[in-house]
This record gives sequence, C-alpha cells and structure tokens, in this order.
Amino acid sequence: MAGILIKNAFVIDPISGIKGEVMDIAINKGKIVEEAPPGSEIIDAAGCLTLPGGIDSHSHVCGTKVNFGRYMSPEDMRAGRTARKGVMHVTSGYSVPTTFGNSYRYSTMGYTTILEGAMAPLEARHTHEEFTATPHQDMLANTLFDGNWSIMEAVQEKDTRRAAAVVAWVLAAAKGFAIKLTNPGGTEAWGWGEDVHSVHDPVPKFGVTPAEIISTMIRANELLNLPHSVHLHCNNLGVPGNYQTTLDTIELAPDLNRERQSLYLTHVQFHSYGGSTWRDICSKSEDITRAVNNRPQVVMDMGQIMFGRTTTMTADGPMEFKLYMLHHNKWSNHDVELETGSGIIPVYYGRKSLVNCVMWSIGLELALLTRNPWQCLLSTDSPNGAPFVKYPEIIALLMSRRLRENERRMIDPRTEHFVPLFAIERELDWYEIAVMTRAAQAKALGITRIGKGYLAPGAEADVAIFSIRPDQVDPSVDYQQVMAGFSRTRYTIKRGRIVARDGEVVVEGANSTIWTKAIVPDAYDMSLDPEFRKKFEQYYTVRMSNYPVQDVYLPRGVRIETEAQL
Amino acid sequence: MKVEDVVCPFCGCLCDDLVVEVEGTRVVNVENGCTLANEKFMGDHRLKAPIRRAGNAWEEISYDEAIEETAAILLDADRPLLYGWSGTFGEAQSVGVHLAELLGAVIDNTSTVCHGPSIMAIQEVGHPGCTLGQVKNRADVVVYWAANPIEAHPRHMSRYTTFCDGFFVKSAFRERKVIVVDVRETESSQVADEFVKVNPGGDYAVLSALRAIVRGKRDLIPATVEGVSREQLFRVADLCMSAKFGAIFFGVGLTMAQGKYKNIRNAIELTEELNRHTKFTISPMRGHWNVYGSNEVFTWITGYPYAVDFARGIAFYNPGETTSVDILRRGECDACLVVASDPGAHFPRACAEHLARIPTVQIDPHVNATTHLSRIQIPVAVTGIDAEGTAYRMDGVPIRTRRLFYGNYPDDLDVLEKLYRIIREARG
Repeated sequence: MAGILIKNAFVIDPISGIKGEVMDIAINKGKIVEEAPPGSEIIDAAGCLTLPGGIDSHSHVCGTKVNFGRYMSPEDMRAGRTARKGVMHVTSGYSVPTTFGNSYRYSTMGYTTILEGAMAPLEARHTHEEFTATPHQDMLANTLFDGNWSIMEAVQEKDTRRAAAVVAWVLAAAKGFAIKLTNPGGTEAWGWGEDVHSVHDPVPKFGVTPAEIISTMIRANELLNLPHSVHLHCNNLGVPGNYQTTLDTIELAPDLNRERQSLYLTHVQFHSYGGSTWRDICSKSEDITRAVNNRPQVVMDMGQIMFGRTTTMTADGPMEFKLYMLHHNKWSNHDVELETGSGIIPVYYGRKSLVNCVMWSIGLELALLTRNPWQCLLSTDSPNGAPFVKYPEIIALLMSRRLRENERRMIDPRTEHFVPLFAIERELDWYEIAVMTRAAQAKALGITRIGKGYLAPGAEADVAIFSIRPDQVDPSVDYQQVMAGFSRTRYTIKRGRIVARDGEVVVEGANSTIWTKAIVPDAYDMSLDPEFRKKFEQYYTVRMSNYPVQDVYLPRGVRIETEAQL
Repeated sequence: MKVEDVVCPFCGCLCDDLVVEVEGTRVVNVENGCTLANEKFMGDHRLKAPIRRAGNAWEEISYDEAIEETAAILLDADRPLLYGWSGTFGEAQSVGVHLAELLGAVIDNTSTVCHGPSIMAIQEVGHPGCTLGQVKNRADVVVYWAANPIEAHPRHMSRYTTFCDGFFVKSAFRERKVIVVDVRETESSQVADEFVKVNPGGDYAVLSALRAIVRGKRDLIPATVEGVSREQLFRVADLCMSAKFGAIFFGVGLTMAQGKYKNIRNAIELTEELNRHTKFTISPMRGHWNVYGSNEVFTWITGYPYAVDFARGIAFYNPGETTSVDILRRGECDACLVVASDPGAHFPRACAEHLARIPTVQIDPHVNATTHLSRIQIPVAVTGIDAEGTAYRMDGVPIRTRRLFYGNYPDDLDVLEKLYRIIREARG
C-alpha cells in the first residue's frame, strides 16, 4: 500500500494542539508519518477542513435490539433504501439502517470509529457478527452490567474487588470494551414489571441501590485500569423532574483518574427535565451544566433530539414501556436473564409538541452551557434522539444563533417560557466542533493510546477531509454550507486507505473490533469461583463453556490489555 | 472421544448440554439429548456424493461440476429463488443473502411456512419477549398456546419451564402453574394444571375474550366462547393477572390456523394488556434450530426477516407477494436453489410440482422429499456434527455449534462461497 500525502489541509487536531493551520499530512502503512514515501498519492485539500476521523462514543448500530428494531419495522426499512452499486451492498432503513447502511452513511460523513452503546453479554456474539458486517468503522461495545446478579451480590457484600473480577471475566468473555450501566437496578426490577425511581431506591429481592451499584462500579473500573470510565445511562430517563436524579448521580462521581473522567453520563438531554408532569416539564440544563462545569471528573454526551420520525431502543426496558403507554404505537421488550433488559418503540418528535420542543432545546443548551467542550460530546444517542445522519444539522445549530432563531419561529411558541435556549448567545467554533465530534471522544474512551482521535505521527491514519473552507465560510451565517459540508466528506481515509469519496464508499472495508482484557491475579479469576460457576450450572440457560465469544468472531480484534490492581 | 456441552442442531431449543461420544467420523452415543436429538446425531442417511439427474436415474458427479452447473442454472434464470436456510449456520446464510443480491433473486427462509405470520404481527404491534432464562428463573405461570412441546420441542419443559427450577422458583413443579390451550388433548395438555380446549379456528375469539376480561369487562363475556366456558376464561385470566411473572409460548397451531397473523397480533396485545397488571412475556416456539438465525442474518443485511426480493436492485419485502409459496404457485420462478430445508415435504402440492418442472438444486446432507424434485443435489457436512457456525436460539440467544469431527464433506459455507465466486466473476 503506497502512502498518501494530503497537501494544504486546514487541520484542526485538538489532541495535538493544532487549532486550525494549513499544513500537509503524510500517511504510510496505515499511520500518520513525518514524511510520505516516494510515489504516494497526492490529495490537494486546497484549504479544506481536515480533521481526525470522527468517533461516535454512543450509538446503537449493532446487536440484538438494534436488529429487532429493523425486524419489527418494515416501514423504516422502506424509508431509506439504496441499490447495490460498485462495492456498496444494498442498504435499507432510515432510523435503523442495515449494517452496511450504517457503515456507508457514517463513512461518508467522515466517521471511522463507533462505540455500540449497549451489548448484553449473553448476546454478545450477535453484536460481533454485526460488527463484522459494519466494515468501515472500528467498533467497540459497551457491555451491560446494570442488572448483573454477580455484580449486585458483590455490591451487597460491599466487595469492590469481587465486582472488578466479575467485570474482568465478563468483558473478556463478551469481548466487550467498557462497563455500561443502563438504569442500574431498574432493568432487574423490570424482570418483575417494576422500576427504581431514585438512586436510593432498593432493587427488589437484591436490596442494593443504584447509588451503591454506580459507586462500586466506578471504583471497580479504576481497579481494573480500564481505558474508558463507567458509561452510565442514569435512572429515571425521560421522566419529568428527573434532573434531581441526575444531580444525585453526578454527586456520586469521585475524581479517580488523571487521564480522563471517572464517570461518563450518556444522552443527558433525556435526564435534564424539571417539572412534575408532562404539562409543566421544563429545562434544567442550567442546573446540570453547572454541576458538570464544577466537576472535571464528569463527561457527558448530549443525546440531542431532532424533529421527525425515529426509533427508540435501549436496555432500559421499563422506560420503553412507559413511553409505549404514552405513544400507543408498537412495543417490543427483551429481558436478558441474569443481566439486563431492553425495549424498542418507534416515535415521532414533532415541532408542534411542546414536550418535544423542550427536549430539543435542552440538548442544545447542554452543549452551549458546558464551558469545556471536552466535557460535552455531540450525540443523538442514535437513533433514540435522531438518526446520526442528523449530526450536520446539530453542528449547524450549535454554530449559528441565527439558525436557532429561525427554528424558534417554527416550533411551539410556548417553548421559550420553559427553556433558556434563546437567551444563549454562544456560537461554537470549528475547534469546539472538532473536539465534540472526535478528540473528546478519543480521550473519554481512552483510545488515544491506540492512536485514535489525532493526526500526529504515530497515530492511526483515520482522516476526514470536508469540502468546507473555514477561511471562506462564516458558520454563523452560512449554516446551510455547514450542514452540507459535514454531510459528506471529500475524502474519508481509514487506516491509510481512501474508503469514501464525495458521498460514495469506494473500497470494501476491513474494520477492527477493539476490546479490553484486564489481567487479574488467580485469586480473582472468576472462572475458578464456585459461586460464579453456579450461576451457569443453575440459572443461565447457556453452559459456561458455550458462553464466551470465540476469537473467530473478531477477525481483526485489537485487544487492550490492562493490569488490574487487585 | 467424549465431547461435552455439545449444541443440538435440531429444534429451536438449541440445548447446549449434550454429551456426545464420537468414534472416528461417527457418533456412537448421545447423553442428555431427546429422541429427536439422538436421531439427528446417530442417524445415517447421508448422500455420499453430489448427484445429477440423468433421465430416470441419478449419476454421481464431482463437487466442482455440481457447483459449476448450479452457477450456470442460476445465471441463466430470470427469477431465481433461493429458499431454505434454517438448517444451516449464520455465516453460510450470510453468503446466501449476498448471492441473492448479486443475482437479483428472491431469498426466503422456512419462516414463510411456519412463523411468518408471527413476524407480520410483530411488525404491526411489536413483541414483548425475553430470553428463556427469564422464564426459568421467574415465571410462576406458563401458557402453551397451540403448541405441543413434549413432542415438538421435547426438552423445552425440562430446560426452561414446567419442570425446571429457577432462582426465584425453587420448586418449579409445585410453584409454577401450566396452562395449555389447544384444539385437542396432547401429551403436553396432560401435564397442564389447566387445559383449555378451543374449537378449531376459535383462538382469535378466545384471545379477545381474555383481553376483555383483563380490561375489566367480564360482563361482556357470553356463557361459552368457542367451546370454552366463561368460568374457565375467568379462571385463566385470574391466574394470569395474579402471576408475578407469566410467559406465553405459542406454536404453529396459532400461526397457521384460521386468522393466521391476526391470531398472533391478538395474543401479543393480550400480553401487552397483562403487562399493565403484572409482568408477562410472549415467545414463538421456533421450529428449526437456526430458523431464527436466518431471520436475524437476513434482517441485518437486507432489513427484512424473510421473503426478500432483489429483482429491482433494492431489497423489497411484501409477504404474500415475495414469499416462496406465492412465487412458486404463480409459476413465476424459473430456477430454485434449496439450502438446508425440505420444501418438497412441506410446501403445497402445486408448489412442489413447479419445483419439479424448473431446474431445482438442493444443497443438503440428506436424501429427502426435495431430492425427488431436484435436478442436482450437493451433500454437505451437518452443522453441529461435522461443521460449526453460529445459530440463534428461539429467543435470540446466539450460540456457536461445535464440530465434533472432521468428515469428508465440505460445509454449506464452502459450497456457497465457491458458487458466489463463480457468479460474481460472471456478473462482473
């Protein structure tokens, strides 16, 4: 593979401290290098915006519930379909595209790495099968521990080390990347049709509280030296007044790691509601961002909603049932033994719904009121808030007050009484957008150590070249150009290969799956632990020997090994 | 050699606790398996080599010749159908879908004649389900509706429900109530605490009556509904509503009876109503060991679980139009590749006749009814015995089947990949 020399690129590479310089980038053998080898392909970027490949740190693209979202929604499949063309397979789907659909659309937007937001360990093999069919992005899987019986028992016994040992075994077995807690305790309660309603509400039959689970897992995570922090979907998602639960949760986060946050809060828009009913719901983004601004140990992503049709899917089974009771559309639920749950319903977010307008405002406010862009990442919790193809529009909204004012005229006129959005003057700049869409993700996930998220020599050559000329575009006014520019790259380069060009994928992909293995002392090897083995002998319906995901499912697996301090 | 924790490739239960004894390239003993599993592992009716019809006889041909001729048949076809897939592993199914895409073919799996109506109902109203371990550990009420697990899924009751103790149900036999609903007495109905005998075709009405009761409208219920007394309906509804965790399992007796997908829709809506009172789940009793896998694989590649038509370049789905039975009945299909199933035994006569008229090729280890309709048959390794790959249990849990020995047959993936390469080269 010959090298590539990108000339005259307008580079923003926040991790390397480059805030917008016209420069050349040389690529050889899949890495960024000082000098391109002779005979390299030359790309004249002509002053166009050039960033590290995009990283989505929370998106639902692969696995059991995502596929069920497709399975139950032929109407969504019809809403986005393309024929086979060149190396591109057929694609279907708008809010829950097929795997190739996800991969091509992300790739043409410059995204080269995606973290799947929720994988049940028992069904991990499925996620990995779909990862292989999502060929243009390196993939990582958040692994669900919110209702894990072995974890809750360790929490009961106040044994953080044991919890860490369980995490180490399960991550290695599921080939997962990080700890995900989705409505901790709530998914187990949902096994009885119940839920937990605050961080201090005990889980039925286990007696532990969400606060205890969260605190134990944050510490267990650090004992294992995992690259990412605990990745948390708070309790009470989507409930008016839930901002208090979110603040209580933020209170629980100690500052334990110098390299990154100690707690990652996902789709915080859904967790920032004031009021007590759907009639008086209001934005509490100011309270939430005040808490986050004061705590560098917390990072969040937006979970922005955008108007239109989409599909909601989450491990938070009880929340989906509540949502179904509101929408009365169709409802799927899938509880997973000893581990977690999940639910799916389609939704329509309307400009004429005051509630939806308040939600829409809150997401933007979180990004605009968080002082440090490294603490608030751009996401829609795709497809929950909106499918990821809406990112360019969100970027434009964050960069242009004028666009926000235009939208204000389109939405429910009462909205401004419930949200502070229209009083916020801040317009984000190119640098802040670069942070919020790749650099901060790489740092928060802890994957700069494998060369992700920056463009200095030694980094993975994942590059996005957009047709936007920052010297000629005023994002505050030219928001249409911003939207169009971020919708398709001129070039997307993945591991040193041009994979997409002007909106079309041009090669067959070969991604990697990144997973974590924490090395623990024998005393903490759960495969030898009688109580842990008993779970398989008596309560799981799959034998312990058939549970771990075999290596064959990760044809290009990248293992991040850590030494546990147990 | 004894192999432990072997996965059984027969039914959708996908039991993974078998102990199988192997001598050379033969299975000589199976422990923990049901009679169906024993027959699957020990049975020996394999075709020895690829065969081609020569007048009224068969001739043996080489694998290369068989695959090349199959490619030629498919390349020559205007409306090819690739049918079956439920008896092979996911990796092979995946190549099958890409082959269909390349050919502009219709690809369909056996759901089309079993739980296709369940999928249609789910597409209307969703599916509140769970993994089987949830039922095992929690359920105090289990309902089998138009299903006879003792005969069709022999270990379902002992591994997951009636006879299986769980974490919160320490003594299943005592603490768990079993309700069987069917049109006739079966072996399963004999172990039920409550047997509800419904008139044939009466399921929809009985489901509606139960929904009305759950909604608090007892006074609307007549003295009998499709052969079921009002008293029994009240009793069943009360049992369900007072359950801590209830689970409904339904079989093809509901999907293929009068009302078809509307029956399933009604059953799902009953489940949804029950969730307003307590916890309830519903699950189809999938037949083939990997039929659910074919739905999964089709879905992540094409967006649809079965009956996918690539004729217009995009993936198009319309059950009733793009389903195998309809395409064959209309005489539309001019070549068929059957993989890992037996439509000759299960399709309506008119469809089987059409399969016999057109060039039909079967990839399957065994001689079966479809053999007699085929022009060529290519024998392959049996997944779970001498081939391995991914399967999805009836509840969506993916399990990797084991290869117990290396035999002399290529597996489905080997054959399909060769076929794909030839066709891809020809199509450019």
